[in-house]
Amino acid sequence: MTRIELTVDGAKVVDDVEPRLLLVQYLREQLGKTGTVIGCDTASCGACTVHLDGHSVKSCNVLAVQADGAEVTTIEGIATNGELHPLQEAFRECHALQCGFCTPGMIMQSADLLAENPHPTEAQIREGLEGNLCRCTGYQNIVRAVRYAADATSATTDGGAA
Amino acid sequence: MIPAPFEYARPTSVDEALGLLAGSDDAKVLAGGQSLLSVLRMRLNAPELVVDIGRIDALRGIREVAGGGGAIEIGAMTPYHEILASDEIRTGLRLLHDAVAEVGDPQVRHRGTLGGSLAHADPAGDCGAVALALGAEMVIAGPGGERVVPADEFFQDLFTTAVGEDELLVAVRFPGYPGWGSRYEKFVRTAQDWPIIAVGACVRMADGKTISEARIGLTNMGPTPLRARAVEEALVGMTPTAEAVGAACAAVADGTSPPSDLNGDADYRRHLATVLARRAVLAAAGAA
Repeated sequence: MTRIELTVDGAKVVDDVEPRLLLVQYLREQLGKTGTVIGCDTASCGACTVHLDGHSVKSCNVLAVQADGAEVTTIEGIATNGELHPLQEAFRECHALQCGFCTPGMIMQSADLLAENPHPTEAQIREGLEGNLCRCTGYQNIVRAVRYAADATSATTDGGAA
Repeated sequence: MIPAPFEYARPTSVDEALGLLAGSDDAKVLAGGQSLLSVLRMRLNAPELVVDIGRIDALRGIREVAGGGGAIEIGAMTPYHEILASDEIRTGLRLLHDAVAEVGDPQVRHRGTLGGSLAHADPAGDCGAVALALGAEMVIAGPGGERVVPADEFFQDLFTTAVGEDELLVAVRFPGYPGWGSRYEKFVRTAQDWPIIAVGACVRMADGKTISEARIGLTNMGPTPLRARAVEEALVGMTPTAEAVGAACAAVADGTSPPSDLNGDADYRRHLATVLARRAVLAAAGAA
């Protein structure tokens, strides 16, 4: 067993884990954070995407021990004070989900994309989401939702500045 | 899928890592893990010891080589997204930048590293052919100190490189190519996929009209990345019209041994190589 100490969704956690434990298993099975799902289990579909020290990663392709000392944010940690994150709001508003299984990963990857590029073009959104698969093929509304969130965020920011 | 159990060590220096590797008969080095973890989870390999080099700060970073005429050294543990963010590499090593941009997807590029990819030596990896085409040098640390291996001696066979069991790839050096044009042409069925094949071309023009030098690397056209030297030579002195370049590139698959799989058989790949090579060279020559 290896001792790990990390921050998950703002809370400090300390655990002894087997080195072979995957980060996604640690999140789901040890911390009960089942909002992060396992889709393909082969690092293809992106459903398990979380942020590790501010960057999106596929948590089925990271060992829990590699996250030692890091800050992890999951889909369960992005709403603040009961207010949905702008992307969660946008996905609801634009009906950007059908079965909903890819949604946690789509939102976490979209958040990463918007952090790097707050005003992406449609092509940039599609490229930014290339590592996330929607089994319902509902990409149109997912792309719309990311645009919606980008516009909503910049409207708020512009309003604040004025 | 869960990897078989292994011992785990996380050294903080190259010497410590080398000591761990020397002390085990069955160790694997874990860089960013974007290839190795899949291998371990599918239980294609089950090493006794995994040496995680993710906390060795000295292995990370992009620096100009002093007195190297624009040469750039990239630490083996530098993740793809840091390479992509580097202005130095975007302007000075455009071919590498463009190939790295094609690796996997954003999540993979956040974790995956240049050194990890080269040491893993998957023939479908985007970086190998580019390292070869650009004449990169691999800096390898071992019990007796460091040695430098040119890219064309580095890739030895499928998933096999010059890095010994008790050695560690620590950095990759790229010569400068001021004034050269380049293009990485990759063919995939889905955006995030491994290339069915890819061609990286780097071209220097004389007086903007004729090709004075060309370097071409092939991805997934054999068990290792390949240089298309005969085509490189045929291009010298050529005015890069579609016809002339196409004719020269018709020989690009000569002597290669591409795999056959569900994405295409070897003959299809050979054909694809001629098409992508023509496109890559024309674009690199500014004639596309």
